Amino acid sequence: MARERKYAMIIDTKRCVGCSACVYACKSENDVPEGYCRDWIVQRVEGTFPNLKMLNRSERCQHCEEAPCVTNCPTGASYYPGDGTVQIERNLCTGCKACIAACPYDARYIHPDGYADKCSFCQHRLKDGLKPACVTVCPTKTLHLVDLNSNDGEAERLMEGRTVTQDKVHAGTKPKLYWLA
Amino acid sequence: MSLKRRKFIKVSSAFLASSVVAGSAGWQLIPGTEALAHHPAEKVVPTFCELCFWRCGVDAHVRDGKVYKITGQENHPLSNGRLCPRGTGGHGLLYDPDRLKHPLIRETIDGEQRFRKASWEEALTLIADKYAEITEKYGTESTVMFSHGFGASFFKKLFKAYGIHNFTHPSYAQCRGPRLEAFKLTYGHGVGSPEGLDVKNSKYLVLIGTHLGENMHNTAVQDFADAVSAGCRITVVDPRFSVAAGKAERWLPIKAGTDLALLRAWINVILKEELYDKKFVTENTIGLEELREGVVEATPERTAAYTGIAAEDIVAVARDLGRYKNNALVHPGRHVTWYGDDTQRSRAIAILNALLGNYQMPGGLITQKKYGVPGVKYPVKKAERKLHSKFPLAHSVPSNEVVEQTISGDPWPIKNWFVYGTNLIHSLGEQSKTLEAIQNLDFMVAVDVLPMEITGYADVILPESTYLERYDDLDDRTYRVPYVGIRQPVVPPMYDSKPGHEIAKMLAEKMGLPNLFPDDIETYLDKRLQKIGSSLEELKVKGLLKKPESEIYRRPGKHLKFKTPSGKIELVSNKLRDLGFDAVPQFTQHPENPPGYFRLLFGRAPMHTFGRTSNNRFLGELMPENELWVNEISGRDMKLKHGEYVYLVNQDGAKSKTPIKIRLTQRIRPDAVYMVHGFGHTHPWLKQAGGRGASDADLVTHQSIDPIMGGTGMNNNFVTFTRKA
Repeated sequence: MARERKYAMIIDTKRCVGCSACVYACKSENDVPEGYCRDWIVQRVEGTFPNLKMLNRSERCQHCEEAPCVTNCPTGASYYPGDGTVQIERNLCTGCKACIAACPYDARYIHPDGYADKCSFCQHRLKDGLKPACVTVCPTKTLHLVDLNSNDGEAERLMEGRTVTQDKVHAGTKPKLYWLA
Repeated sequence: MSLKRRKFIKVSSAFLASSVVAGSAGWQLIPGTEALAHHPAEKVVPTFCELCFWRCGVDAHVRDGKVYKITGQENHPLSNGRLCPRGTGGHGLLYDPDRLKHPLIRETIDGEQRFRKASWEEALTLIADKYAEITEKYGTESTVMFSHGFGASFFKKLFKAYGIHNFTHPSYAQCRGPRLEAFKLTYGHGVGSPEGLDVKNSKYLVLIGTHLGENMHNTAVQDFADAVSAGCRITVVDPRFSVAAGKAERWLPIKAGTDLALLRAWINVILKEELYDKKFVTENTIGLEELREGVVEATPERTAAYTGIAAEDIVAVARDLGRYKNNALVHPGRHVTWYGDDTQRSRAIAILNALLGNYQMPGGLITQKKYGVPGVKYPVKKAERKLHSKFPLAHSVPSNEVVEQTISGDPWPIKNWFVYGTNLIHSLGEQSKTLEAIQNLDFMVAVDVLPMEITGYADVILPESTYLERYDDLDDRTYRVPYVGIRQPVVPPMYDSKPGHEIAKMLAEKMGLPNLFPDDIETYLDKRLQKIGSSLEELKVKGLLKKPESEIYRRPGKHLKFKTPSGKIELVSNKLRDLGFDAVPQFTQHPENPPGYFRLLFGRAPMHTFGRTSNNRFLGELMPENELWVNEISGRDMKLKHGEYVYLVNQDGAKSKTPIKIRLTQRIRPDAVYMVHGFGHTHPWLKQAGGRGASDADLVTHQSIDPIMGGTGMNNNFVTFTRKA
């Protein structure tokens, strides 16, 4: 039997310049309607002139292992397909927004056609052995899609010697986006 | 009040109003779900981008006859499979509903000027007749072509064959010109574009105003990110805390206008403390002792007073540069027309790099090569006269000089402009002069994809097809990996637009040069490619041919020869001295802010290329307007609220045509304000960009002219705020 995958994303903020290529590449790949996005850039600046620090972060759905969107979905539209991602079965979604209320990361929106939508890690591309559109486009190679169940050592190699942070770990969702400082 | 001959045409004729609606047919995105993403009928066409001028190789993905996404070409040396946001949203230009759709001719009915739709036949016949008439009356020397962009090449061939030899590019005197001349004077050659800089292998990098990451040339930013990851130590000199500054170990928020003082201090310390590469300097340069004397006054303490940078920081950076020497780099920048002494500032950068001995060394200045596709010879007809700059070292005619001569008619009248892909209203300073010059013209043709402000003043507008709908000439690029790339149509031209090569061919026939372009474009490209053993067929599939990376580093003991008068790197330029300029760059102080005014600085954002992309709906979603960055304390003093819209008024009373949103931030010095260039469009046909943000060009009424090459320093303007419209 094939080994079960566990996809996660490692984001090297040291390389990111916040250009937004990931945002538009996602929009064209996934036909995200005008006014919405599945990934976005957060630019945080701390300090006062002239002692400043900056952080650029590409953000999206965290594909949590204990995803409140899945737990709270009354119809089973949000589900774990078994590859470490969280996906949405549009035909089962009624657009009730329970998932949107439950998500601590504000990763979802209601598509104008009436269903909840969010980052899928470009599942359709993963199936073909391709990386997500955002990972592929990124001019600074900030984004890395990794399989935590793989023994290729990629995740370890990327994280070695780096400060690794995760978002809102206290929420108990076991998120799978890792930021390298 | 006299009635002006050439009004900017604001009111669209009935046909245009309706065609905007019709144009939206091309705008809809293809409805689809993820299951459709790998459509069996998907076609992928390799070509190269034109959203900026870097020319990355891209793959355009087509479904049901429509481009739905654009990705970076895997094999292309400028893309490496990756792409910036502009290139990714390039089809937003193709499907822009506001595109120019038909040739337009200016006409006056009952005293009212308007554009009417014309056929290509009619428009091109009119142009040919007018050119014959103007040539008869004033000679071919009265015609000038302004251009920016890769598609201009066929028009240049046409004009040269017709006897027109006046070509000007705002990318020279409004942008990179001073850098070119400074490096030519020092090394005998420019740094090129893409720049011959080995940033990815630099161990120590100094950026002066260069905001890599916001200035989003794909490969330049890829290299920068690689340098950051590899632990390159970075110093950023910028009045603004740029994204690059956010990656630097040292941000030096310099007082704007004093960069040359800082560079001189670094030269001073490096020489005084004997930190330079002695062997390299002895063997390859002239003028060391005179340079030493020329910078003796530039002590760190004195420089601290000018620049606002602590003397110990100045010394520390100089020592770091000296420590990393051959693998350190002081980046020459790109848009360098700031204060009017820009050639000298660029010279100081060139000299500093020479002292480090980083020439053809890992992490330093490198020389790149062309792939080398033989060209095609075209007939050239001599002109009676052609424009030469009055500036002694200008290797190109500054566009602002053309404007001056169009106004003065001295030494001869300029009566005819051909404007290809450059919006002179926003790209040149002193707008009032550009407008005055336009009034002196007998004729103006504008070739563009979008109704930019300049097109509103033309007599004939020719709608060019976008880069996704046309062939262009081969891109035989000078780069560390020499390559030749092809631009080819991904989809057929929309509306009644035509590719530049086709317009030039048709126009040649009308202008009495029926055999100038004997072949159609495919035959022409194929013939060129046959000469290197390839074919159009091969390039259409592969997108490019490349050679292995050329030898970019010098071998130990290699004898270097430079194309300067002395054959060496000229730390001291006798050529400049002979022309009455400083042989060693000297610092002079620039005007200070009047009370209550702030120095206006401008730059770039990664999502846009000047004003060329601000109407792109896809990119507009990422950044719909520019903002005015104001230091929080200064903003409080001026009673400005974060997020409010204000108009800007400069030292001469010039006011921004549109209001701009205030962004109060810690990220800028209290004495300067900053905006991204390219917004504040006022053309009513630009439905997306119109009225969004403000244009710095409205406020650049003062230009500090570089006496060496005529560059227009634009950063000596100061603004204050008003809420009154």
